[in-house]
Amino acid sequence: MNSVSGASVSLDSLQHSYAGVKALDNFTLHVAPGELVALLGPSGCGKTTALRAVAGFLTPDSGRVVVGDTDVTSLPSQKRDMGMVFQSYSLFPNLSVRDNVEFGLRLRRVKSASRRSRSHELLEMVGLADQAVKYPHQLSGGQQQRVALARALAVEPQVLLLDEPLSALDAKVRSELREQIQALQKRLSMTTIFVTHDQEEALSIADRVVVMNKGKAEQISTPQELYSQPATTFVAEFVGVSSRYRCERSGATVQIFGRSVPIRNADTQTTGQVHALLRPEDVVVTASDSGVARVLRSSFLGSSVRLEVETPHGIIRADVPASQVVSAGSMVELSYRSENVLIATLDESKELRAL
Amino acid sequence: MVTVLNQNTTTVARSTTWYGSALRGVVLALAFVFFVAPLYAGSKFSLQNNAGAFSFSSLGDLTKAQGFSASFLLSTELTIVTMIGVLFLVVPTVIFIHLRVPSLTRALEVVSLMPIVFPPIIIVLGFMHEAPGALLVWPYHLAPMYLVLTLPFVVRSIESGLSALDVRTLVDAARSLGSSFFVILRRVLLPNLSSALIASSALVIAFVYSEYTMAQFQQRPTLPVWIAQFAMSSGHISTAAAMVSLLGAWVLLSVVLLIDLARTTLRTKRSESA
Amino acid sequence: MGAGALGRRLRRYALNALVLAPFVLIVSYFLFYPILKVVELAFQDHQGHFTTANMVAITKNPYRLAFSTSLKISLYATVIPGVLGFVLAYILSGIKNPIVSRLVLAGKGVLANFGGVNLVFIFVAAYGSTGYLTQWMGDLGWNPWNHGFNLFTFSGIVLIYSYFQVPLMVLIMTPALAALRPQWREAAHILGANAFTYWRRIGLPVLAPALIGALTLLFGSAFSAYATAEALTSGSIPIVPIFIGNFLDGNVVAGQENVGYALGVGMMLILVVLAIVYAWAYRRSSRWLRS
Repeated sequence: MNSVSGASVSLDSLQHSYAGVKALDNFTLHVAPGELVALLGPSGCGKTTALRAVAGFLTPDSGRVVVGDTDVTSLPSQKRDMGMVFQSYSLFPNLSVRDNVEFGLRLRRVKSASRRSRSHELLEMVGLADQAVKYPHQLSGGQQQRVALARALAVEPQVLLLDEPLSALDAKVRSELREQIQALQKRLSMTTIFVTHDQEEALSIADRVVVMNKGKAEQISTPQELYSQPATTFVAEFVGVSSRYRCERSGATVQIFGRSVPIRNADTQTTGQVHALLRPEDVVVTASDSGVARVLRSSFLGSSVRLEVETPHGIIRADVPASQVVSAGSMVELSYRSENVLIATLDESKELRAL
Repeated sequence: MVTVLNQNTTTVARSTTWYGSALRGVVLALAFVFFVAPLYAGSKFSLQNNAGAFSFSSLGDLTKAQGFSASFLLSTELTIVTMIGVLFLVVPTVIFIHLRVPSLTRALEVVSLMPIVFPPIIIVLGFMHEAPGALLVWPYHLAPMYLVLTLPFVVRSIESGLSALDVRTLVDAARSLGSSFFVILRRVLLPNLSSALIASSALVIAFVYSEYTMAQFQQRPTLPVWIAQFAMSSGHISTAAAMVSLLGAWVLLSVVLLIDLARTTLRTKRSESA
Repeated sequence: MGAGALGRRLRRYALNALVLAPFVLIVSYFLFYPILKVVELAFQDHQGHFTTANMVAITKNPYRLAFSTSLKISLYATVIPGVLGFVLAYILSGIKNPIVSRLVLAGKGVLANFGGVNLVFIFVAAYGSTGYLTQWMGDLGWNPWNHGFNLFTFSGIVLIYSYFQVPLMVLIMTPALAALRPQWREAAHILGANAFTYWRRIGLPVLAPALIGALTLLFGSAFSAYATAEALTSGSIPIVPIFIGNFLDGNVVAGQENVGYALGVGMMLILVVLAIVYAWAYRRSSRWLRS
């Protein structure tokens, strides 16, 4: 299998609106060759619009899409040499699995013998070589998506586009397929843009993640940075779990569980009453009869236990190792162990809650 | 005639070249002309007196024309009798089969499609030779024939309304809450079936008022039969009658669709404000 | 399982039978009975003896001409409105405005139900030799009557049938077109296909069963139409329903009193074949388009 290398993709200041709604608001992103970038966000944030602009299904109102050295903004999708996997139902129902995979090759007038060997190769890569003569309606959802992947890769595209390919699948199939996609992508060094609303998906396989909201990129970083250093309150709440801790801001710090903690986004103008956003793994729980915090609920998550604790500052979620036994109804003391904290105004938080 | 009145339409991916749009516009315009032109011609011809000048006289003469009111009355009576049969025999039977004897659904579908394979001309042929004299004497004997001929759209309409509802579950739920069969019929089935009922009723009415073949050979002077005969006397009046007939059907079906539209928007409005 | 359960089961059957009885009776008498009667009488001479002479007679002229004319008219009145209806359905399915599409839907439903005598009158007013549309086209320089068109013969029948066949086609094809998923088109494009290739490889093949089903319905509708043809041509066009009509009016040739029934059987055979094709097409299309 020759290793394929992808091209770079640049989205420059894309603007696009329809039905009066701004789907893309000055959106800019550069994807390096061979990189897997995930576009993550709630529905309506513009991630699918951005992907479709790259695919050529829409021409943005302004801005450019550049693949490699070529400006493809007004190039029709037929000519863009990309592969795409849709959310569901994209296999041609009247063609067998093999014919589906060979479709792009046939268009490029590849001879029958080489078509056959290539489609066989790809079907083997996705583990479906024995289903070659079946028809789409005879396959399960996961199988169909794997065929769709094979079909997209058959023509050796410069860029691979994935539009929520796993959203319609069962949880178990989802995680298996996710790993397969990542493995394939690494093996082929294919530039890939992956749209999803599932942050676990994005964080687990992407080299970099773009968190989008209302047509804008809130943050573009590696998964680790995104999680540990969320740049905005939107990212902090969307990626991972955050609890809101009501407190008073004084200058560049807030008081959390009795300790003065520096504010990370100290440049925001918000003063007075604010919410501090705490990650469950940063909250330490100690049993204490004199504590003012009461455990409301405890959920077993396998390797850890998530506690919902009621405090005078709000309901705080804390993760404790499964070995630490804390039962519901008991009183505890909480402390915060991270070096800094992100704050949000009360209004902002409400808006975030409305998501 | 088999038609489906209620449909959902979703849009398909479309090419957006300028010549594509222009071509589409031209085709639509031509289609529009093709369908509207005869209606325009019909109206124009009807609204003329024998001298060729514009006049509403045909309409007035129509009501006074010999045989018109009798034939209109007969058509109306036939419609009423047919509707009674449809609403009180066919619809309950379809519901009954759906709920109590689902194994017969296939048979029902086959039967309901038979009038398409065996059209009116055939059925009237089968009756010519013999039929119990008593029945042919009954003035509305065409009604059961019409009932049979309308089975294709009535059965299909009610059936799809029932399956869309998952009637089984609704009825079981109602039964578990203690309702009797008639209450279920009234409170659960009929409200949900109402749009299918209204739509198929409209089609039945339109059908009876325009059915010609059977009426003619059974020598019943219904409205279409009268119109055809009267053509020899006055083209203007006959054409006026034809136009009135066509427009009547149009108005009826449009009213049905409007009612349906109004009720669905009202329902969504009500649920939104709730 | 004992006598009690059996008794209950029997009672339930009896009850079901009772409820269904009126419907069954009416359908039997007004649908099955006439059909069987036609078949029965087709094989009898007018004294009631068994004979195949009637069936043989319809394979010869003038009945043979009636069948071939009927088939020819049905063919024209299916293919032409079929193609036009398909194109129209495609265009209409692209309309996004909900109000317009609702109006169009209403229009389609109404037009597909137009037929018979009423339609003939307005067509005469429009396309008759002195009709408004004829005159208008003449003013524009091309009067169809001068170029072989005659409303009261073959070409006229095809025209008037198209008036309700096209909306029928649109009504049937619209849901089938809607079932064509946009993802298929987009996937085809991104793999390098243009619109033509998409339709050739995916669109039309997927639609083929629905198209065939629609065309059989149209064919059957055109073949069995009586009122429109009779009113338009005063019974002068040699098609099977009109011949049957003549027979019903009492125009019988001695020795061929029951040929009318044989004609009916011939007609039913053709329609049954169409029905079988339709059933096949329906099953095939739902398999692909439903998933």
